[in-house]
Amino acid sequence: MRNMPLLLLLALMGITQVVQANDAPLDFDTPQQQQRYKHLIQELRCLVCQNETLADSSADLAQDLRLEVYQQIMSGKDDKAIIGYLTDRYGDFVLFRPPLKTSTWLLWFGPFALLLLGLLILYRILRHAPPPPRAELSDDEKTRLHELLPKQDGRS
Amino acid sequence: MMRRLIPLGLFILLVIMLGIGLTRDPHKVPSPLIGKPMPAFELPALNDPDRQLSLADLRGRVVLVNVFASWCVACREEHPLLVDLASSGKATIIGIAYKDEREAAQQYLRRFGDPYALIIHDHQGKLGLDLGVYGVPETYVLDRQGIIRYKQIGPFTEAVLRDTILPLVRKLEGGSS
Repeated sequence: MRNMPLLLLLALMGITQVVQANDAPLDFDTPQQQQRYKHLIQELRCLVCQNETLADSSADLAQDLRLEVYQQIMSGKDDKAIIGYLTDRYGDFVLFRPPLKTSTWLLWFGPFALLLLGLLILYRILRHAPPPPRAELSDDEKTRLHELLPKQDGRS
Repeated sequence: MMRRLIPLGLFILLVIMLGIGLTRDPHKVPSPLIGKPMPAFELPALNDPDRQLSLADLRGRVVLVNVFASWCVACREEHPLLVDLASSGKATIIGIAYKDEREAAQQYLRRFGDPYALIIHDHQGKLGLDLGVYGVPETYVLDRQGIIRYKQIGPFTEAVLRDTILPLVRKLEGGSS
């Protein structure tokens, strides 16, 4: 039974209960529902503790919203409908990842645009930089060089 | 000469952008409900549990809808302003007791004053969810048709009342309904 650890893992994954910090354990009919629940609560933001997802936050509102998501999944609503339900009421900010819309282009592409601009400026600076000055030896320095270096077949 | 000004120009632009961006309060999430109707509901009145309130009770006049709770500390900041406002007659205020026990809410009002023409008891917080409430107190201004025209997040101050809310109320009352 070398596959025991694997089998155990699979068995554990098969348990369709999800336990979240301060919630009562939730029962799902299918593993897909559980997956969807876990996925959704990680894609949604807690508006009270704004840098936490619904999954991580212990705020009251997060608890309420998790319950709402659970109830809607169990009543057969699809992910799109559930997200729509929440964004209708709370706006796009409830999505942890901002949607890609015309109004968020600056947010999404801005950093890349700035990087590109920076690289362009760097390129232009480097291109137009004057060449480094050639080191010219003075006559005295040439004499010293001859004295220091051993003569090599006509080279000076 | 002009080329030397480009970095300066970019810097000034950056300062302006940061100045605007960093002084905004991320906690004030803009509501998608502005311009939309107040959500429908069927909830008991706080002081008369046998009486069911609904949108019909709100329509027909410009109202302020104030979401509060006895457990909400920030609500106490604006409550005196609400009481003054109600007694001045300048606005009609409807209260929503959000996720609160009846007795606790009533006690809160006995203690701090009751500025509300009506109080909706939203015990489960379902109406709050429909309104996108995420941090009490929150106040909405509704026009005569029950359309949400403004949302105040957090307690309002004398200044907000004077400069934003009351002028809006006057405008909605004065205009054609």
